[in-house]
Amino acid sequence: MKELSLNILDVAKNSVKAGATRIVIRIDESDGWRTLSIIDNGCGMPPEFVATVTDPFTTTRTTRPVGMGLPLLKLAAEQTGGDLSIESSVVPPTGTTVRARFRMDHLDCVPVGDYAGSIVTLIQGSPEIDFLFVYHREDGQELSLDTAELRQVLGPEVPLDLPDVLVWIQGALQFETEMQ
Amino acid sequence: MKTLAELQAIRDRMKDNVTMRSGSGSIRAVVGMATCGIAAGARPVLSALVEEVSKLGLGEKVTVTQTGCIGLCRYEPIVEVYEADKEKVTYVKMTAEKARRVAKEHLQGGKVVTEYTIGAAEK
Repeated sequence: MKELSLNILDVAKNSVKAGATRIVIRIDESDGWRTLSIIDNGCGMPPEFVATVTDPFTTTRTTRPVGMGLPLLKLAAEQTGGDLSIESSVVPPTGTTVRARFRMDHLDCVPVGDYAGSIVTLIQGSPEIDFLFVYHREDGQELSLDTAELRQVLGPEVPLDLPDVLVWIQGALQFETEMQ
Repeated sequence: MKTLAELQAIRDRMKDNVTMRSGSGSIRAVVGMATCGIAAGARPVLSALVEEVSKLGLGEKVTVTQTGCIGLCRYEPIVEVYEADKEKVTYVKMTAEKARRVAKEHLQGGKVVTEYTIGAAEK
């Protein structure tokens, strides 16, 4: 993966597959660390599955017995001196939290990349799910977008995956300095 | 920064126009978006398809959706086109540019872009 945003798109799809109705994606930068958190209220994973889930030969896909999503995120974090942690519960309240930490000044730290493109793609693929995205940058700027709030504005007739709405979301996900 | 007022304007413009809603189309373009697809560049392919379908006004006819691993990882990014009573068309090693051409010639014009299909790639 050339950018962190592609890992985000990939790993958040596990949350979609787990039947989550709400997925929180956070990027928090402080003290030279970038922390990515993906928090869902999906079905969760039993402890024995969590123990092997970063092994590429553990997967839920049925087309072949290899799953590279979490192993690639783990690699991306560890190659900067960071780490990956997973907490999950199959007893209510169920859900999974994936957290990856990156040393931002490390040569091998991949750029965040087109995070807006990834969030828009997730919404396009699962417009019925509530996504909360928060990006808190090292320079103190923060942006957040909650599709539950957008849905209230749009009402029941207008879906989130309408092209005009997706274009608006793409724009809403830009930091103000990038607009100039 | 986009404002909620602009979003409200979109709602007001669209809410009576139910036919504009996606999901009712007779043609389905499906993009493989598992780890293999994403790593190979499926995200810009999907964006280009969504954009082009909207730009060409094909929203009523064509639905663009995402799927998991199609099982042909070496050919990713893959776009499959399903249409009632027609054989499925599988486009392989797609790019945003190729996707725009498929939207125009195949989804709008009804003519398969043979050179991008898996049949052509396997020759």
